[in-house]
Amino acid sequence: MTVARFWRKIPQRYNLVGTKCTTCGRHFFPPRTFCPDCRRNGKIVDHKFAGFGTVVTYTVIQTEPDNFSSPGPYVLAIIKLDEGPQMTTQIICDPKETKIGMRVKSIFRKIATDGESGIIHYGTKFVPVE
Amino acid sequence: MRDVAVIGVGCTKFGEHWDRSFRDLFVEAGALALEDAKLSGEKIDAMYVGNMSAGRFIEQEHIGALIADYSGMATRHIPATRVEAACASGGLAFRQAVIAVASGMEDIVVAAGVEKMTDVEPGASTDALTGAADREWEGFVGATFPGLYAMIATDYMHKYHMTREQLAQVAVKNHFNGARNPIAQFPNEITLETVMKSTMVAEPLRLFDCSPITDGAAAVIVAPLERAREFTDTPIKVLATAQASDSIALHDRRDISTMDASVAAGQRAFKMAKLTHKDINMVEVHDCFSIAEICAIEDLGFCKKGTAGKFTADGETALGGKIPVNTSGGLKACGHPVGATGIKQVYEIVQQLRGDAGRRQVENAKIGMTHNVGGTGATVAVHILGRV
Repeated sequence: MTVARFWRKIPQRYNLVGTKCTTCGRHFFPPRTFCPDCRRNGKIVDHKFAGFGTVVTYTVIQTEPDNFSSPGPYVLAIIKLDEGPQMTTQIICDPKETKIGMRVKSIFRKIATDGESGIIHYGTKFVPVE
Repeated sequence: MRDVAVIGVGCTKFGEHWDRSFRDLFVEAGALALEDAKLSGEKIDAMYVGNMSAGRFIEQEHIGALIADYSGMATRHIPATRVEAACASGGLAFRQAVIAVASGMEDIVVAAGVEKMTDVEPGASTDALTGAADREWEGFVGATFPGLYAMIATDYMHKYHMTREQLAQVAVKNHFNGARNPIAQFPNEITLETVMKSTMVAEPLRLFDCSPITDGAAAVIVAPLERAREFTDTPIKVLATAQASDSIALHDRRDISTMDASVAAGQRAFKMAKLTHKDINMVEVHDCFSIAEICAIEDLGFCKKGTAGKFTADGETALGGKIPVNTSGGLKACGHPVGATGIKQVYEIVQQLRGDAGRRQVENAKIGMTHNVGGTGATVAVHILGRV
């Protein structure tokens, strides 16, 4: 990923900033600039998510893609944020303890490295709520 | 709209073709299809080519022109169009060719699909395939394709209590069929144990739940049904063509383990053909992963939601079962050169309907269906074909 492509979504990636349609109240993460329900009547504003959610489904990736920072298998999940939208993320936890319905909260972490001399991609992962 | 028929089909062997290039593959498939239709190239009015990612796999774009050129059509300047919808590129190319003929704009049209995947390192091919999902919000956070389908499997097994062994039977059955298909990449039978002991890729999916990296090309020729007998004694009528879309990312779906685009495309196809699932003698579905076949046969209506594991384990999708699924061996055993897969599915159904499927022949096959998926279900193309 080029620096600009990563940089332009830093607020969204670091701080879980998505969007909200003030016409219908629906929240979007990943952010959308067009409400699929209200269409041109929708009014979209930024929305910072509280960072709490529930695991919808998950897997344990054994063969990780190039440049990812996890030393070995990692938990990949779809979580449902409390505000409504679902997102794909990694969960930092013992793979054996991951469960559907588990409560999780967001945390700032390193995601991947763009080669040895490239930029480091940070972003949001999740951890189980104690 | 005019009725449309398939008048010729051709397909290369699928596999790792280290000695053959992208060009070699599509030229062979095209020549086989022309030969099958007893046509000369001068009769061709237009070409549609399904290809997912030649830009990433062989650093070549402008595939329509390249194929027209190397198959000798460029001197006649016929229109040649590349169609892209990730793994559904071939299905969409076939649909575009059918629409072109049905509309009356063109008469004799080639629909082809081609992918050369082994000219890059495995990491690079895996990364190119990740482009079929949402790069920004799935790929960049660590999702791989096996990972996304594994999350479908986790959701499905949690909701419907399908066993791991039932899921494995999809691969066992597809290898059995592949062992009876001369073009298959893996023409060998496997046992349940082979699947269960294979390397874990993304839990709960193991290596033998996953379709391979493949080189290959396929081509079919379509024409107005009223002219089909000029070229062949066994024209195969296109009874329906349907396409549907859904969210690019898996996390935005209404239900993780239902592909609503499959449901929509299936229903549209049945409506267009005025048929139901009971009329279908065999179906080629998009089993990029074993769980994808489970979802597909439910979403197309061949069995109720949540029952496809038992349905498969009971042999209902095997040759001789209620609805033979993936008689070609599917993507798992026949191979999955992504852009070619949708055309190969049509190739297989035409073979079955003509009675040319040899040791994997479905008895008295009259009507067949194809189901081609892009990504995790963001694009689906469904076709129904029948004997005339």
